Amino acid sequence: MLGRLTLSAIPFDQPIIMGAFGFMGLVAISVMGVLTYSRKWKWLWTEWLTSVDHKKIGVMYIMLAIVMLLRGFSDAIMMRTQLALASGDAPGFLPPEHYDQIFTAHGVIMIFFMAMPFMIGLTNIVVPLQIGARDVAFPFLNSLSFWLTVAGFGLVNLSLGIGEFARTGWLAYPPLSELQYSPGVGVDYYIWSLQISGVGTTLAGVNFIATILRNRAPGMTLMRMPIFTWAALCTNIMIVAAFPVLTVTLALLTLDRYLGMHFFTNDLGGNPMMYVNLIWSWGHPEVYILVLPAFGIFSEIIATFSSKRLFGYAPMVFATMAIAVMGFVTWLHHFFTMGAGANVNAFFGITTMIISIPTGVKVFNWLFTMYRGRVRFPSPVLWTIGFMVTFVIGGMTGVLMAVPPADFILHNSLFLIAHFHNVIIGGVLFGYLAGLTYWFPKAFGFTLNETLGKCSFWCWLVGFYLAFMPLYILGLMGMTRRLNHYDNPDWHPFLVVAAIGAAVILCGILFFVAQIVVSIVQREKARDLTGDPWGGRTLEWSVSSPPPFYNFATIPVVHGRDAFWEMKMKGLKQPIMALKRIHMPRNTGTGPIVGAFSLMMGFALVWHIWWMALLGLLGIVFSTIVHSFNENRAYDVPAEDIARIERFASPLLAH
Amino acid sequence: MKARSGLSRLLRLLPLGAATLLGGCNWAVLDPKGQIGIDERSIIITATWLMLIVVIPVIVLTFAFAWKYRASNTRASYSPDWDRSTAVASIMVLLPCAIVLCLSVITWRTTHELDPYRPIASDVDAINVDVVALDWKWLFIYPDQQIATVNEVAFPSNVPVNFRITSASVMNSFFIPQLGGQIYAMSGMQTRLSLIANQAGIYDGMSANYSGAGFSDMKFKAIAVTDHEFRDWIAKVKQSPKQLGVNGYKILAMPSEKNPVEYFSDVDSQLYEGILREARGGSDALCTASRE
Repeated sequence: MLGRLTLSAIPFDQPIIMGAFGFMGLVAISVMGVLTYSRKWKWLWTEWLTSVDHKKIGVMYIMLAIVMLLRGFSDAIMMRTQLALASGDAPGFLPPEHYDQIFTAHGVIMIFFMAMPFMIGLTNIVVPLQIGARDVAFPFLNSLSFWLTVAGFGLVNLSLGIGEFARTGWLAYPPLSELQYSPGVGVDYYIWSLQISGVGTTLAGVNFIATILRNRAPGMTLMRMPIFTWAALCTNIMIVAAFPVLTVTLALLTLDRYLGMHFFTNDLGGNPMMYVNLIWSWGHPEVYILVLPAFGIFSEIIATFSSKRLFGYAPMVFATMAIAVMGFVTWLHHFFTMGAGANVNAFFGITTMIISIPTGVKVFNWLFTMYRGRVRFPSPVLWTIGFMVTFVIGGMTGVLMAVPPADFILHNSLFLIAHFHNVIIGGVLFGYLAGLTYWFPKAFGFTLNETLGKCSFWCWLVGFYLAFMPLYILGLMGMTRRLNHYDNPDWHPFLVVAAIGAAVILCGILFFVAQIVVSIVQREKARDLTGDPWGGRTLEWSVSSPPPFYNFATIPVVHGRDAFWEMKMKGLKQPIMALKRIHMPRNTGTGPIVGAFSLMMGFALVWHIWWMALLGLLGIVFSTIVHSFNENRAYDVPAEDIARIERFASPLLAH
Repeated sequence: MKARSGLSRLLRLLPLGAATLLGGCNWAVLDPKGQIGIDERSIIITATWLMLIVVIPVIVLTFAFAWKYRASNTRASYSPDWDRSTAVASIMVLLPCAIVLCLSVITWRTTHELDPYRPIASDVDAINVDVVALDWKWLFIYPDQQIATVNEVAFPSNVPVNFRITSASVMNSFFIPQLGGQIYAMSGMQTRLSLIANQAGIYDGMSANYSGAGFSDMKFKAIAVTDHEFRDWIAKVKQSPKQLGVNGYKILAMPSEKNPVEYFSDVDSQLYEGILREARGGSDALCTASRE
């Protein structure tokens, strides 16, 4: 009846796991309790869960990302504590069967359920506003993408308390991830959470390509698009090109595990090297999928806060496109040590180095944007400068490892770990946090507390260097990754420093949470009444904060780059008489319903509960069919309503 | 404030790196004892210096520009519409291009020179060792000496060692950091690695690729000795009462952790080939191999 699921699947004997799961359950129950007590369920359902408004979906994506940042980070700090303790004969506090799940979960969570939702969330909030659109091209698809991501998120979190997570490393290399070596449900949780959320991501990619190519305001040619929109376009093209590879790769692994096939097994013609190639031909583009939007964010911030045009717009665009293309021809540098010939290794080494040229162009562009500018230093700029300094170090170690003979001794060592955290924290995460601070007032109507934001930044920066510089050294000392314990006493002091670094990062996260809470409490003091708190240059700052649900009462006409800056310089105003009724999509519950059925199907497939899986599948198909017959999907907002809203909201109309 | 924290940390690292080159111990990668490792270290150092040509100016300029053009410094020039410059553009493209060109040449040349499959040129005959990664220990088979060991491999210094490497289980990576680079050990497939020890010593060896629960203890010692000592070591192994046949291998191959060093005075001459063949699919390939 319940497949492989029995009561013994719940690890009652593991206090850490039960504690964490219990805590999550407690938080979920208290949130539900508050909602019930304040009778907010209906509000939550109609205003948020069923919303197809890109801004609200973006906010929900980012909330998901922040929850997962906390979970992924608690994994991180457990690993650092373990390694600070487990020196010599000491076993530490995490046995391998638990520790191995933690490092797998940390990677999976941070990439798939922290960075990706954060990136898609920011794209959601910002891109339609930047291009002068009222929503994305396919608002329902947007909601569906989000809820599929939530279903994946649900599966990952269920794995904490029901069963186990994979113990394979975040890319689940076979044959270790095959049934023979991983008979438990961990890899199945891994597969289905990534499959379901991956479909969501692919659909989001389709949606944003269509949005950016089709929904731009009149006059906004491609070469007038804000640079973040350019980054989002390239990123989403990469998503659409790369994520199907992930889906197919995992599907083949699924066939191996569920139907006894032999794509990646050792025997009967299977070949694990095929998996490694396939997963990295998704995995390397994925790195750029994460970092290109961060580059876009830094470009917006540095221009805004230097009160100056972005230096080298066209080179920036070409650099972004070059990275997006080149990102697909470097994947083999993740496994030079697999024994491909020297020609192959050298080829991929050199393609990898070539990517540093467009990346270098970007760095110089940011530098010369500050040059002859008037640079202000609120926290988004601190993140940007922290990024520029940190990222070039990470870039350098990356190019170093692109030289195959150097990689032979640095691969799989802590040097590698230090390198990719150097670029992912110093590049991606700094970028997203900068973007969050920068666009927060646009989404919520008030600015974030600066003092706490700066405290958070300094803790993150110092903590990062303390946590990861020792890892570079440890890599050079021959310490490999994913070790549970070690007997080399020379490594111990460096691992203690790294653990202290993680604690400093913890302070950064606490300051960040405090910043959000304090800012919400004191929001009246920090209201952004102008819609343009930073002296912005692009169209998102031309509307009120938060923007009305239809974004633009009248679609702006664009005459050049930095469209809003030009409007401000020329003193252009939108006449109130020109208001016309606006056609807007209706909210729909199909997204959350399909998401719920997907979660049900995923959970059932993990535990081999076939009737439930079928039920989930039928639910998905049926709700989709029902939705497709719903003709009442949009409505008109009358001009009078818009006029009323605008009188209160729009900074331009208020004049 | 910011300038000092970022840069000073970087500056602190440099002498630290230099100090290790001069003679600290246990700095495996920066303190190689074999020619391959020495060559690989010199590539790391050359590449790092080359890249610092652009990295250091970028870091310095970041702080310099941020300081000079701070909003409160009204004496600095301000040109809000200045967004292109041929001179800057050419430098920012040509300088990285030049460095990447140098690095590419180095990469192409050294990747071929240090191809792990390439035998090391030497006057003396190389030692052959067949390596099998098991859950979670290393089996070393000396085909010429007809002996086998677990978690200990010995060879004479200044003699090239040709490793043939496979796995009887999941993927591992065969790695002796002080002698040179690593290579994956994969079931059903054979990779090769040529290493040489320039001086006698006991070096740490390990699996560098995560392979499951016992991975952290999947370590071995690589012992480089004189020719004379190597003959003694062979003799010592030859005196072991244990021999490694197909059945013994099957017991050995079962998952186990923290295995002690083991010596086998004799080994089935077809064992290594049989392990490769078994992994490729034949269910009783091992038995067939031993009958051949």
